[in-house]
Amino acid sequence: MAQMTMIQAITDAMRTELKNDENVLVFGEDVGQNGGVFRATEGLQKEFGEDRVFDTPLAESGIGGMAIGLALTGFRPVPEVQFFGFVYEVMDAISGQMARLRYRSGGSFHAPITVRSPFGGGVKTPELHADSLEGLMAQQPGLKVVIPSNPYDAKGLLISAIRDNDPVIFLEHMKLYRSFRQEVPEEEYTIEIGKAEVKREGSDITIVTYGAMVQASLKAAEELEKDGISAEVIDLRTVSPLDIDTIIASVEKTNRAIVVQEAQKQAGIAANVVAEINDRAILSLEAPVLRVTAPDTVFAFSAAEDVWLPDHTDIIEKATQVVKF
Amino acid sequence: MGTKTIENIEGQFEMFQILNENGEIVNKEAMPELSDEQLQELMHRMVYTRILDQRSISLNRQGRLGFYAPTAGQEASQLGSQYALDKEDWILPGYRDVPQIIWHGLPLYKAFLFSRGHYVGNQADGLNVLSPQIIIGAQITQTAGVALGLKKKGKKNVAITYTGDGGASQGDFYEGMNFAGAYAAPAIFVVQNNRFAISVPVEKQSAAKTIAQKAVAAGIQGVQVDGMDVLAVYKAVTDARERAINGEGPTLIETMTYRYGPHTMAGDDPTRYRSEDLDSEWEKKDPIVRFRKYLESKDLWNEEKENEVVDKAKAEIKAAIKQADETPKQKVTDLISHMYEELPYNLREQYEQYSAKESK
Repeated sequence: MAQMTMIQAITDAMRTELKNDENVLVFGEDVGQNGGVFRATEGLQKEFGEDRVFDTPLAESGIGGMAIGLALTGFRPVPEVQFFGFVYEVMDAISGQMARLRYRSGGSFHAPITVRSPFGGGVKTPELHADSLEGLMAQQPGLKVVIPSNPYDAKGLLISAIRDNDPVIFLEHMKLYRSFRQEVPEEEYTIEIGKAEVKREGSDITIVTYGAMVQASLKAAEELEKDGISAEVIDLRTVSPLDIDTIIASVEKTNRAIVVQEAQKQAGIAANVVAEINDRAILSLEAPVLRVTAPDTVFAFSAAEDVWLPDHTDIIEKATQVVKF
Repeated sequence: MGTKTIENIEGQFEMFQILNENGEIVNKEAMPELSDEQLQELMHRMVYTRILDQRSISLNRQGRLGFYAPTAGQEASQLGSQYALDKEDWILPGYRDVPQIIWHGLPLYKAFLFSRGHYVGNQADGLNVLSPQIIIGAQITQTAGVALGLKKKGKKNVAITYTGDGGASQGDFYEGMNFAGAYAAPAIFVVQNNRFAISVPVEKQSAAKTIAQKAVAAGIQGVQVDGMDVLAVYKAVTDARERAINGEGPTLIETMTYRYGPHTMAGDDPTRYRSEDLDSEWEKKDPIVRFRKYLESKDLWNEEKENEVVDKAKAEIKAAIKQADETPKQKVTDLISHMYEELPYNLREQYEQYSAKESK
């Protein structure tokens, strides 16, 4: 087994599927010769040739539309949107088109497309690079939205996403790309889309989270332990569809929950998780389910990013509030 | 001396015509190789489609059809281009381009079901056609992708897409042409310039004098064709197809045409933006009238033949409406079933709810 960063695990997943299936195509802006702006596709063009791994003109809508056309002719496209803030340029191709292809055609066609894209705060990008827009994607029926929190999951989830016969939005948190290494098997393996993981067991409160907030939540749980609060941490891994069984089983055990996301508070994944818990487990609750989120502004200009982004102290505060309710 | 700019681009885009409005061949050397039977088939299809349009409008008014975008006037553009295709070629139509997919193999009753908003009308039955695109221009970038896919698979086929003069203002129009050009993908982009995007005249869409010249910026072939001349349209698409499958890249074809009717049957009133003079000017160019004259002069067409087509069309339309009426009613559970290959928990629950609700 090798020690890999998340970005290495992502490259490894694409390499695995490029080898496994000749219909897998990897393309986007700078993904060929340059290996991607984060080096996610490093070496892939050299290994698999320009026919399979290639650069595109600089036009996100074109990339999305082309992915659909390639899917129609039997390919399994893995396009990259260079930064997820650029998704607005390709919203119709994603939400108006690929998400609806199976539905619109009454099952005649489908779109086995994995749209990979970096996102997430903490790396001081210019505007429209780091935004957490998973809530926007999760509102679109027909899509699946996957957000790995570590190298091991990233590889297994990306392989599953590429093999999925429906479009998957695969969001890669930039802060996690190289922040730590983990044992990642060199052989292929999959992690089922739609399955959360209990990262830490606890009995007093459930912390439902995903992406970079998993690390912050685990750190918070350790601190809470010192105060005698036993927190269970659930990494959603897939934010649409939710793993409702894992969430509800945990809440029925702990009777309390908070939901933590890096995105703004309004609408979004956390609001949906709260609503689902209220729908399904209200009688198990001993306190309201609260949220830890960023404020409802546009994503912070980088000089204010550190304060704007939620961190473990916000999680500790909110968890304590719920436990003491 | 000032900066040098390019002048008279549009001068290089003279309208390509073979058959003039009097039904005379004016460009003999460009005449496509079509047998007498093929010429008659083209006429058959245009007459049939004109009847289909008239009946569809009438059925819409009776409330027996839903969304409908009239096609009369555009038969040469639509059917001349489709006739140049191979059965395995892909069509990515706009919302007015239902005739092309019917002649590519979509059963007529399905076209009616599409109009009624029933998903069965969108099922492709193994045909290489998408259902008519509603977002203007979205199909154009997809066409670049289908074309690239065909090329990668080593197929000798093309992807053709249709939009209108308004569609040529969309970003996706440029992106689609540019992508297909960059990959030398076998795509054909047909812009049916019927002069009005709902109500906005083509002169207000762009400072460009022709739409065909927009090919120049993408580095691809561009041609402006008399869109009321079925022979010219057929020839232009045949040539474009030939170049495409020979690896010479995509072509933009602007067909100069006119829709006689409203934009759609949902309340558009063309008298608010078009003059009667303009209408009658274009009706004089009618694609069926001129082709009839030409075929009659060659003794390939007569009233009897035409009446046979009209009767056949009417009978088939009647049968297709009956078949559409007999199609099982669409259910919410049908829609749920087609969201994903495997339903997630929320849709599984909702399937049960609607299954119970709809079985009452």
